[in-house]
Amino acid sequence: MHNFEYHLASDLEAASKALSGAEDGKLMAGGMTLLPTLKQRLAAPSDVVDLSAIDSLKGIKKDGDTIVIGAMTCHADVAASDVVQSAIPALAVLAGGIGDPAVRHRGTIGGSVANADPAADYPGGLVGLGATVVTSKREIAADDFFLGLFETALEDGEIITAVKFPIPKKAHYQKFRHTASGYAVVGVMVAQTKDGVRVGVTGAAGSAFRATNFEEALSKDFSVKAVEGISQSAEDLLSDIHFSAEYRAHIVGVFVRRAVAAMA
Amino acid sequence: MPQVKLTVNGKDVSAEVEARTLLVELLREHLRLTGTHVGCDTTQCGCCTVHVDGKAVKSCTMLAVQAQGRAVTTIEGLAEPDGTLHPMQAAFREHHGLQCGFCTPGMVMMGIDIARRNPGCDEKTVREQLEGNICRCTGYQGIVQAILSIANPSAVRDHH
Repeated sequence: MHNFEYHLASDLEAASKALSGAEDGKLMAGGMTLLPTLKQRLAAPSDVVDLSAIDSLKGIKKDGDTIVIGAMTCHADVAASDVVQSAIPALAVLAGGIGDPAVRHRGTIGGSVANADPAADYPGGLVGLGATVVTSKREIAADDFFLGLFETALEDGEIITAVKFPIPKKAHYQKFRHTASGYAVVGVMVAQTKDGVRVGVTGAAGSAFRATNFEEALSKDFSVKAVEGISQSAEDLLSDIHFSAEYRAHIVGVFVRRAVAAMA
Repeated sequence: MPQVKLTVNGKDVSAEVEARTLLVELLREHLRLTGTHVGCDTTQCGCCTVHVDGKAVKSCTMLAVQAQGRAVTTIEGLAEPDGTLHPMQAAFREHHGLQCGFCTPGMVMMGIDIARRNPGCDEKTVREQLEGNICRCTGYQGIVQAILSIANPSAVRDHH
């Protein structure tokens, strides 16, 4: 790892200032992706701005029909939260399935969302649940946030402060864990929301997406039977030495059906 | 160079480190606490597991400066001053939870964390919770039984 200047930001303003004053600054949330990336010298920022001391970015609260999770809330806290478990149990399941227990003690929702790893769980959860990403500048709908491989709508210097999840009537997250990494080979979040059925998919493509053909069928008839004849196209899906695009496409269909069956 | 102040095994510690110094490097190379091991150096094997403010973390994936003001516990901090083993250490001995011993410090630290978070849990839970700690010798049986004997004694199968 190349050396860098370390800044422990006391508030958002200090973080923005440290970032804008740096030649090539990087924000650090839990560091679960950033530190391994620095070790491999895939990145060599001049400055690292640590957000962990900003208390206003931590915590989980219910605000009417919305759950608001601070960007620096770790996965273990989301998984163990009574508020999340009672309002959106599928989200607690998702958070509790990320990495391993030690990683869940450090990794944060804001860091995961900002990093936008194609195989990360949260992007699929945000898209499936119709969440909103709150930043230091604005609010961005999950549908408009994940743009591609590790690419988001965040502008330079924009800092995620929270994620807002509308409480669904029902939701279910189904994941095929990569046996070595724990990342999602495919992860599917199916949610019955007040605006209709949403199906968020992660792991299968360059970024999380909505499986709209499944959504349309389920909106008319929320049953396993309704999606039996529907399949996910393998076009533009990821393919690697372990799993072909066709395999991932097949698993999307299987997981949608399993999720619907579990929600019945 | 940044100055970092923290407590390690209950003692106040202050050290001058580079920003890039990892917590495990601070422990092993600056403080000479070599009980915490480095296996993979990529957040996968769990040999470097320590407790930070009572929670298990992988010290190869945390900067020393991130431990500023925090309470770190390593394997060296578990036993009583007179050498009496921590109950989890004693359980690992009782259930043959180790062979070569390389993963053991991380296993014991994670085992304590698992038992703390999952009192009364079953064997399946222990196995799931151990996914971030890799042992290449034991087949995990003894490790799982040792942790289970603390988390939920009634669920232990290999009484001897």
